[in-house]
Amino acid sequence: MAQATKPQRAKAEAFAPWQDASTRPLIEFRGVTKRFGTFTAIDDISLDIYAKEFFALLGPSGCGKTTLMRMLGGFETPTEGTILLDGQDVAGVPPNRRATNMMFQSYALFPHLDIAENIAFGLRRAKIPKDQIAARVDEMLKLVQLTPYRSRKPHQVSGGQRQRVALARALARAPKLLLLDEPLGALDKKLRQETQFELMDIQEKTGTTFVIVTHDQEEAMTVASRVAVMDHGKLVQVATPDAIYETPNSTYVADFIGDVNIIEGAATPLGEGRYEIHWAEGATPLIGTTDEALATGAKVYLAIRPEKVAISTENPESRANAVPGTVHDIAYLGNISTYHVELANGAIVKAQTANTHRIARRDITWDDPVWLSWTDTAGVVLTR
Amino acid sequence: MNARRLILIAVPYMWLLALFLVPFLIVLKISLSDTALSIPPYTPTLDLSQGWEGLKAFWAELDFENFIFLTEDDLYWKAYLSSLKIAALSTCITLLVGYPIAYGMARADESWRPTLLMLVILPFWTSFLIRVYAWIGILSGEGYLNQFLMSLGIIGEPLTILNTNTAVYIGIVYTYLPFMILPIYATLEKMDDSLLEAAEDLGCSRISAFWLVTVPLSKSGIIAGCFLVFIPTIGEFVIPSLLGGSQTLMIGKVLWEEFFSNRDWPVASAVAVILLLILVIPIILFQRNEQKQREAEG
Ligand SMILES: Nc1ncnc2c1ncn2[C@@H]1O[C@H](COP(=O)(O)OP(=O)(O)OP(=O)(O)O)[C@@H](O)[C@H]1O
Ligand SMILES: [Mg+2]
Repeated sequence: MAQATKPQRAKAEAFAPWQDASTRPLIEFRGVTKRFGTFTAIDDISLDIYAKEFFALLGPSGCGKTTLMRMLGGFETPTEGTILLDGQDVAGVPPNRRATNMMFQSYALFPHLDIAENIAFGLRRAKIPKDQIAARVDEMLKLVQLTPYRSRKPHQVSGGQRQRVALARALARAPKLLLLDEPLGALDKKLRQETQFELMDIQEKTGTTFVIVTHDQEEAMTVASRVAVMDHGKLVQVATPDAIYETPNSTYVADFIGDVNIIEGAATPLGEGRYEIHWAEGATPLIGTTDEALATGAKVYLAIRPEKVAISTENPESRANAVPGTVHDIAYLGNISTYHVELANGAIVKAQTANTHRIARRDITWDDPVWLSWTDTAGVVLTR
Repeated sequence: MNARRLILIAVPYMWLLALFLVPFLIVLKISLSDTALSIPPYTPTLDLSQGWEGLKAFWAELDFENFIFLTEDDLYWKAYLSSLKIAALSTCITLLVGYPIAYGMARADESWRPTLLMLVILPFWTSFLIRVYAWIGILSGEGYLNQFLMSLGIIGEPLTILNTNTAVYIGIVYTYLPFMILPIYATLEKMDDSLLEAAEDLGCSRISAFWLVTVPLSKSGIIAGCFLVFIPTIGEFVIPSLLGGSQTLMIGKVLWEEFFSNRDWPVASAVAVILLLILVIPIILFQRNEQKQREAEG
């Protein structure tokens, strides 16, 4: 146990500039608001992003991720507030004077240039010697596996290939800050994972700071040093991927990242951060923990991940929480199975188990009476 | 090949044959004939009632005399050259005037664009001839332009613009401007703004982004516009004869004089045939450009 947590902590100590008050952030958003007419796309955001971070923006469509990126790139100016890059207010600095490169969500490839010329475009502007440009372009083409397509026009390659051209073009200048708006969305899983590792590799080698928009929470978990979850132009939570997953600050975040069961109830303090949660008439109260001080009768939500809920045919007396129910549905996903269990009050709670046995030997099936159980620290008690 | 496809292909070809090839062959035939004091004013005329012998006699009388005549008198090749020069220069001026207008229209607020487009097309609502006459009123010695400039005290003496090549250039640029603006506007309007953002992001200033992205992407519109101005301008007759002076030499005017003043239909036809041959080159280039653009879009 101690051994398993050790490397994790070592890594956290090695890179967590946001915990160190003396480190100066590379990017500082200070009370930034962006309005389009009367519509508020970004609502009073304050955020620090540190050098060498791999910062992921996560949120539903239309929540303002692209707008936030565009303000960093210099394509939109904040209606209110300031953005500092390296301690300098960037208001009025045009995109071509910023040490940033952006990969556009629409790719924005130049249709009159072939793929190699597209990648070389930024390098040519930087007045780099010709042979160095050629070498760099070759390197980039190899990185995104497009060498055989180098002299095709953008409209002659597939959507995923176009996305890789856009990525290569943004990477080519090796800027201080790279803004990637959904860089890997159109790629298949294998290529996406390869490219993710390439990005992390590039980052390790060059020390570039990445801000990346993604719809794929697994991607955010894999690559990000920190994740920001957004909703309607506001930041809901900014934390490391594991903190976002294990200790979400709201049901919104818990629900957005991964699968979660949410049980609503009223809290009664038991002391030492432990609370009894009365969730249904006549049912045994559930036990959960939180650092927050809650008054008796406060409305709370208990959020538990399905993989932390055990399912059994007998009541496991040893666990802090155990509720009876009947199996409503079973989703077989190959390596895991998710059991949808209906409780006495009609609520559905999901429990996940690894399929270590062959499917024919499963001892729980549809409509069976079962017990769901979890420990007192498995769930998170949330107030919103 | 089935009948349906054959008909589909045949229709446009018949159309071309009836409206282009047949008239051209008639003109070509006249250009190979001799002048005569008769109606029509040339010989031979085809008389099919004579049968095979008549056809042979008719054929024997055709010759290239008129074409040889065109090379002997330097008026003709000078007129061709002068037409080409005037057409090329006015195409350049029209491009310089038209591109900024098209650019401005494409950059304008979306709700304004239909109105602006309407304004460009508006002159077509009145007769071309009347508009050229209006320019006489503007450019003449006592015209509005001179009155205006003199009332401002910029000039003391009226400028002679009418009946000079300058007036011809003004007339051509004015008349053909919409043909330049519309194709350029069409390509600029389609352009994605994020391309300019990407160019700026990759280190271009606004101006270099214009030269490296906007101009290449509107290239097909520029080429189309230039041909649409250049091709009809070479044969232009109304503008040089109304606005130009005696020293304005254009092949359209020469052709008109041969035809109506000299009543020399064969020489006029020979002039027209050569003009057509000169125009075939830019027309083919124009078609190539259109096709290339279609391929790039397809
Ligand atoms: N130029 C604009 N004018 C008006 N509204 C805009 C403009 N740009 C963005 N918006 C609005 O701002 C909101 C945020 O847009 P944004 O593009 O940042 O979303 P996003 O989070 O990137 O979404 P997606 O995941 O779909 O890309 C949207 O509701 C959008 O309609
Ligand atoms: Mg977006």
